Amino acid sequence: MWLYLAPTLVINVVIILIPALLTVGLAFFQWDGLSAPVFVGLGNFVSLWDDRVFWTALENNLIWTAIFLTIPIAMGLLAASMLLIVPRRGSTIFQVVYFLPVIIATAITARVWQGMIYSPVTGIFGWLGKLGLPITNPLSQTSTALFGIATVDLWHWWGFLCVIFFAALRQVPQEQIEAARIEGASFWQMMRYVLLPGIRSTIVLMMVMTVIWSFLVFDFVYILTQGGPAFSSEVLSTLAYRKAFYDLNVGQAAATALVISLFGLVATYFYIRIQQREGV
Amino acid sequence: MRLVESRATLTLTYVVLGIGLFTALFPIALLVLNSLKSAQEIVTNPLALPQAIRFDNFARAWKDARFSTSFVNSATLTGLTILLVCTTGSASAYVLARKKIKAWKLVTFYLLATTTAPIQLFLFPLYFGFAKLGLINNVFAVALVYTAIYSPFAIMLLRTYFLAVPREIEEAALIDGASSWQIFTRVMLPIVSPGIVTVALIIGLYSWNEFLIATTFLQKKDSLTAVVSFFLLSGQYSSDWGEIMAAALIIVLPIVILFVFLQRRFIEGMAGGSVKG
Repeated sequence: MWLYLAPTLVINVVIILIPALLTVGLAFFQWDGLSAPVFVGLGNFVSLWDDRVFWTALENNLIWTAIFLTIPIAMGLLAASMLLIVPRRGSTIFQVVYFLPVIIATAITARVWQGMIYSPVTGIFGWLGKLGLPITNPLSQTSTALFGIATVDLWHWWGFLCVIFFAALRQVPQEQIEAARIEGASFWQMMRYVLLPGIRSTIVLMMVMTVIWSFLVFDFVYILTQGGPAFSSEVLSTLAYRKAFYDLNVGQAAATALVISLFGLVATYFYIRIQQREGV
Repeated sequence: MRLVESRATLTLTYVVLGIGLFTALFPIALLVLNSLKSAQEIVTNPLALPQAIRFDNFARAWKDARFSTSFVNSATLTGLTILLVCTTGSASAYVLARKKIKAWKLVTFYLLATTTAPIQLFLFPLYFGFAKLGLINNVFAVALVYTAIYSPFAIMLLRTYFLAVPREIEEAALIDGASSWQIFTRVMLPIVSPGIVTVALIIGLYSWNEFLIATTFLQKKDSLTAVVSFFLLSGQYSSDWGEIMAAALIIVLPIVILFVFLQRRFIEGMAGGSVKG
């Protein structure tokens, strides 16, 4: 029976496990990708510790996590609970439209926002400027770049949560809702005491996944700002990528990757425990 | 389940849901609208309707983004990934769902853990390893990387389909003298084929849209995927946004059409794989 598993496991071990172990090793070496690696002990971690950009990136990942643990989850929950009131046909249409941004490639979403909305020349922001309502391109300011990127990812992401929460809400037993209704519960009371507790496990799972994904965020940052201006929107994954492929400092890139994984590992522990409880 | 609400609540609901609808559609509308306009018209007003319906943006986009080769690359990459994930994944899902091996729990946890592993954790050694083996710019090699990344998700999803198949069917086939391979291919696979179609759609979507791996491993002009080719076209300084939006529409349109027709499968699949585990 192991033969059935062999292709999956061989591919997985060769592509993920072995390189992952090599990354752990590389974190203790100085390596430019070409010449022989030189052992430097904790040197890479010390350099990261002293690197201001590393701390900015880490802080940005934490801000990102905070944003995505709240705003899209709240938006998704609100829309999903409202979809319960709408007739079936209508809710399907809303769901399909909300899901559209999820299926569009990140590279395309990023460029549409960059050129058609944020751009002072070709975008809505530029057009509003001409009408006498000047809004600066958030991507060009160090104080707002990260939030400009997060807005794009929010647009891309919240529909997924809405659809997932809606699917979960529909599984809440009808009797509980009827009972609350007979007792005269308002919409908010219904949310607070019946609906939210009813889909608690789904919400917790999505929050755990949000933490994991928040430390993996790469595409939108890399495409929209490359971590700029002046590293203000750098996150750990773009920092690691730049260190490996632009600075040819693979050792430090590996060390950065380990820091990302550390955060992921904690979340993964909870993820697997939840999956276990759900009956793997 | 459906709630019945007062008129005021209902109105408020439709207003809020309508705002959501507008938010989701507005950037997409800008994409479609401006793909039909000249660069000058876009600068004047990105919201205005095109002065004349023109399709020359699409012709230029097709040529400049080299879609005649990059589309073939994307299609090959997507097709190969779907094939690899579905074949290797369904065999694994079958074994894990039926607990055919003692270590099924360990393997399942290992696969769950790899779904959450950051790409950067294995990207750098993998890249330099592939470079050494001459596998950069090799579409097949990238399909293997996608397979490794996506198959845990596919296996978790397919597992639920295998779990839903009654054991009696397998036992009956066993009594009839079918071998384990025959049971798997002739009995089980046809029953779970809807699950395989769902997995194929979602893995296809992911591979078609993927950016990080594709931009790292496929760099030569002739081996670019459509998305990366679009990324490079739109990154040039003297940007013609009409052409860029036309290129975007060419990539997005097939996906959106497929999605609208098969939305239930997409949504149930994406939700099922991540929620039910």
